[in-house]
Amino acid sequence: MNKQILEISNLSVSIGNDTIIDNISMDFHWKKITTILGPSGCGKTTLIRCINRMHELIPHARVSGSILLFKKNIYEMNPILVRREIGMVFQRPNPFPTMSIYDNVIAGYKLNGIKLGSAEKDNIVETSLCRAGLWSEVKDALHRRGAFLSGGQQQRLCIARALAMKPRILLLDEPTSALDPKSTGHIEDLVSELKESVTIIMVTHNIRQASRISDFTAFLSKGELVEYGSTEKLFTVPEDKRTEEYLSRSAG
Amino acid sequence: MPSVSKRLATDLLFKGVLGLATVILFIPLIMILYYIIVNGAGAISWAFLTSLPKPPGEIGSGIGNAIVGSAILICIACTISVPIGVGVGVFLSEKPTHTIAKMVRICLEILQGIPSIVIGIISYLWVVLPMGGFSALSGGIALSLMMLPLVIRSTEETLKLIPQSLKEASLGLGVPYYRTMTKIIIPAGRPGISTGIILGISRVAGETAPLLFTAFGNPFLTFNIMKPVNSLPSLIYNYATSPYSDWQQAAWGASLVLILFLFTLSLIARTISTR
Repeated sequence: MNKQILEISNLSVSIGNDTIIDNISMDFHWKKITTILGPSGCGKTTLIRCINRMHELIPHARVSGSILLFKKNIYEMNPILVRREIGMVFQRPNPFPTMSIYDNVIAGYKLNGIKLGSAEKDNIVETSLCRAGLWSEVKDALHRRGAFLSGGQQQRLCIARALAMKPRILLLDEPTSALDPKSTGHIEDLVSELKESVTIIMVTHNIRQASRISDFTAFLSKGELVEYGSTEKLFTVPEDKRTEEYLSRSAG
Repeated sequence: MPSVSKRLATDLLFKGVLGLATVILFIPLIMILYYIIVNGAGAISWAFLTSLPKPPGEIGSGIGNAIVGSAILICIACTISVPIGVGVGVFLSEKPTHTIAKMVRICLEILQGIPSIVIGIISYLWVVLPMGGFSALSGGIALSLMMLPLVIRSTEETLKLIPQSLKEASLGLGVPYYRTMTKIIIPAGRPGISTGIILGISRVAGETAPLLFTAFGNPFLTFNIMKPVNSLPSLIYNYATSPYSDWQQAAWGASLVLILFLFTLSLIARTISTR
């Protein structure tokens, strides 16, 4: 049905003696938005961190199972290459504080020591900022530090920074939880536009957000994948009682 | 319960005691500075800073060789302790629970507790004896041993305060670990690390004991790190204990120079760390 971009099979994660993710298998759909929904502590952040191997920063985390990116197991790939294919935007905007807006956008190239001509750099910066919907707001301040930007603008700068590396998958870890409603709206619109070009996997605990923008929704509870399907179906006729309870309780 | 007025009076008394303690701290500090300035200011002139020491009684004697010697010793100490210290500090902040990190911390505490004269003897055994003579190099090594714990600690403490999110941002872009550390994390901690280095320098710049059997002292000017060199603290020690009044005067002058140098360093450290 879909191009197999990312397949998770039998993924389990434990940190120390605690099981965080319990035997999850799921496929993601090409150029769609998939949200991962669930109560706090259900393992949703851990799950998407596994997808670009950022969980390796957590001490004592153990992973079993496999994640295939275009049929290649990411745990057998170099994490650096995995992360260039799978970009990530974090919960709190984290632009590099000492760099200008311009340098933040091309940071991925600069820090990796990839040499670019200045025209090419200008081009990447402009395209990425345009795609992140930030270009018109910052085009006159490209060489200023990003610190004067609002939280929402900083988050879009982080999205631009991730897009600049031309990833095929973009992971968003509760990208709006630290933002006000207006900035949240901006990011949601932006994410909906981005699915034209990238596959988006987004973690959220905001049910309305999931229903507004996503094509597919996965519901996680206590490290278990309870239900996964099209957003429309999951929100209207959930199969599992736990999903139904979560949706009705949170909506009310 | 005691009356309100009694409690207010106790309050006042408590505040008074705090104020008094602060004033008492100032008295010796101001007296030290006063003595050094009154006795030393007269000795300082351009010639004093640039000329070489002369036998007692001759005019135009100076401390140029000691200033150069101190500078050489500090450079050697930094060359050794900064790269090693920053490296160890990064390791400690990255792997705080690693067995080696725990051992390193214990070693640091011991190293910090070793009396400076003993550090001088160690450097004497390591460098002076095998090389067959006193040298600036051996003095610099002794000073670097004293500086090392300070550089390591300040690097570790600074890097611990750098948000994890910065590291994630960089790693998330597919930047290798070593580049994340050298291009993002260490630069982000640069103010704190530099402050630690400067404080380390001011700690060792005034040391005499580790230099007694290492840099030894030299009445002449030399830039050769394999030769003994003079330094401000050893010059002060030798001149102040001499029976000649003009040498004692020079010791005051050198003390003032040293104090001004340390004062400047702490000002720089303050400016960097509050920026």
